[in-house]
Amino acid sequence: MEKVLFTHVDQPEQHRIETYVKNGGYQALPKVLRDYKPDEVIDIVRKSGLRGRGGAGFSAGMKWSFVPRDTPKPKYLCCNADESEPGTCKDRVLMERDPHLVVEGIIIAAYAIQAHQAFIYVRGEFVYPAFRMEQAVAEAYAKGYLGRNILDSGYDLDLVVHTGGGAYICGEETALLSSLEGDRSLSRIRPPFPAVEGLYGCPTVVNNVETLANVPYIINRGPDWFRSHGTEKSPGTKIFSLSGNVKRPGNYEVDLGVPLSYVINDLGGGVPEGHTLKAIIPGGASTPLLLPHQIDTPLDFESMAQAGSMLGSGAIIVIDDGACMVWTAMKLIDFFQHESCGKCTPCREGTAWLKQLINRIEGGEGRPGDIDLILDVCGNIMGRTICPLGDAAVMPTESIIKLFRNEFEYHIDNKTCLVKTSYPLA
Amino acid sequence: MILTDETIRQIKIRMARYPSRRSAILPALTAAYKQVGHLNPAIYREIARVMDIPYIEIAEAASFYTMFPKHEVGRYLIQVCHNISCSLRGADNLIAYIEQKLGIALGETTPDKLFTLIAVECLGGCATAPTMQINDTYYENLTRARVDEIIADLRAKEEQDNR
Repeated sequence: MEKVLFTHVDQPEQHRIETYVKNGGYQALPKVLRDYKPDEVIDIVRKSGLRGRGGAGFSAGMKWSFVPRDTPKPKYLCCNADESEPGTCKDRVLMERDPHLVVEGIIIAAYAIQAHQAFIYVRGEFVYPAFRMEQAVAEAYAKGYLGRNILDSGYDLDLVVHTGGGAYICGEETALLSSLEGDRSLSRIRPPFPAVEGLYGCPTVVNNVETLANVPYIINRGPDWFRSHGTEKSPGTKIFSLSGNVKRPGNYEVDLGVPLSYVINDLGGGVPEGHTLKAIIPGGASTPLLLPHQIDTPLDFESMAQAGSMLGSGAIIVIDDGACMVWTAMKLIDFFQHESCGKCTPCREGTAWLKQLINRIEGGEGRPGDIDLILDVCGNIMGRTICPLGDAAVMPTESIIKLFRNEFEYHIDNKTCLVKTSYPLA
Repeated sequence: MILTDETIRQIKIRMARYPSRRSAILPALTAAYKQVGHLNPAIYREIARVMDIPYIEIAEAASFYTMFPKHEVGRYLIQVCHNISCSLRGADNLIAYIEQKLGIALGETTPDKLFTLIAVECLGGCATAPTMQINDTYYENLTRARVDEIIADLRAKEEQDNR
């Protein structure tokens, strides 16, 4: 299968501008500045069918087209590199090993929406990826790909690498903007959408790293080529982060629409010897679980939704028979409770309740009625919060209870696990 | 003064990069954290003065971000991911092993003030789990042997620095 975004990531010097250029980099940018009007760039990307790779899967070209053309306000582009959802570790690879691909994508996207200031918001823990991005940005300035009058086109763009403070919520686009403005990272009610009123109250586009990394390739090879990968509604390739109980975890780039089993078994080698597959979290910690019989579900937005889950960020977490599902639910809810920003009461209080209830069951102190109480709390969070974090906490929790209710019941009745979780450290 | 001239210079460089200087609050907190190893109200006051932004706005932002410890920690802050992907590959036992090895519990610091051990949320090292971060550096695909080696290296480095 042809790799696109990962074509050059294994080359040791790919992060340096000379190597990037030698391998065909910075060819899309001059083409764009010379041959295309901003609207034409938006049109090309819209025709390609590129959908956001951060989790929501919204059309990138459409998002760009929502930015008003005739506003006197400045416009901003933010690259979302706050990769923090458990299971997701793909953007880091692009930033560390092919940072200029991300920079070139940012410049083209910024030109398309006519922004003269762009930011890349890198999660605070990613010191090394941020360093690589800083280095790439400095090299791009030195070669005239950033700054005043880029390649004599008359177009100006500044790009700032901004590092965060270790908060998952900053990956939500409105919370990212709050954080970038220097506030606590609280999400904001939409509408107004960022495309109309975003950073500093000005039109702003927020795109994921992987989304933007696709843009130079789409410009170079055209929307039809892009559509030759993937499915009709989910075109292109996608990087899947495969983690958990597989023999060969890793980041794998495949065409959208390949079966889940191809990534887990063919690429990842399946679950370790002596174990059987129990469940799959297919799109990052916030997505509902799939069962072993669903392993042939195609990895695209539509098929995943049809199977009752989500493609999300493409983080496939494989769980084998060694895991207690109450323990799994606890691991997940502990994360969401910690990361709730606290703005909306249902999420702030609800995730704390869920954490308490699930930890109590896992700790052998569960009471009759706790399972229904958990589901009741879930129902009072879902759809009642400003941003999707509340829903993100509910979806895997409800799903685990639905699929493995017997383990919760056993736990409450017997004060112990049905399956004793034990994953040794090698 | 807690902040060095170099840290203040870094903060000022960052302030100039943004359309609004408030946007440099997080970068300023990061610069202060890098220098001091933790944050506290005295530091917020100094940042507020350098940036000409009310103290409360600095404190408000700082208190939101858990990445910055708010009290003194050891020279090496060991941050072990305890989320699902790492847990499926032994993170619970990794924490237990480090606790036993250093003779401290989660949240504690060794008596020589060299190591503090905490559990953190997903570090984005899921495909190379279990993962931990010590100060700015990621350590991945961890095993007992690798942990022994990392701790021994840091201790050796410390001895060399003290010589």
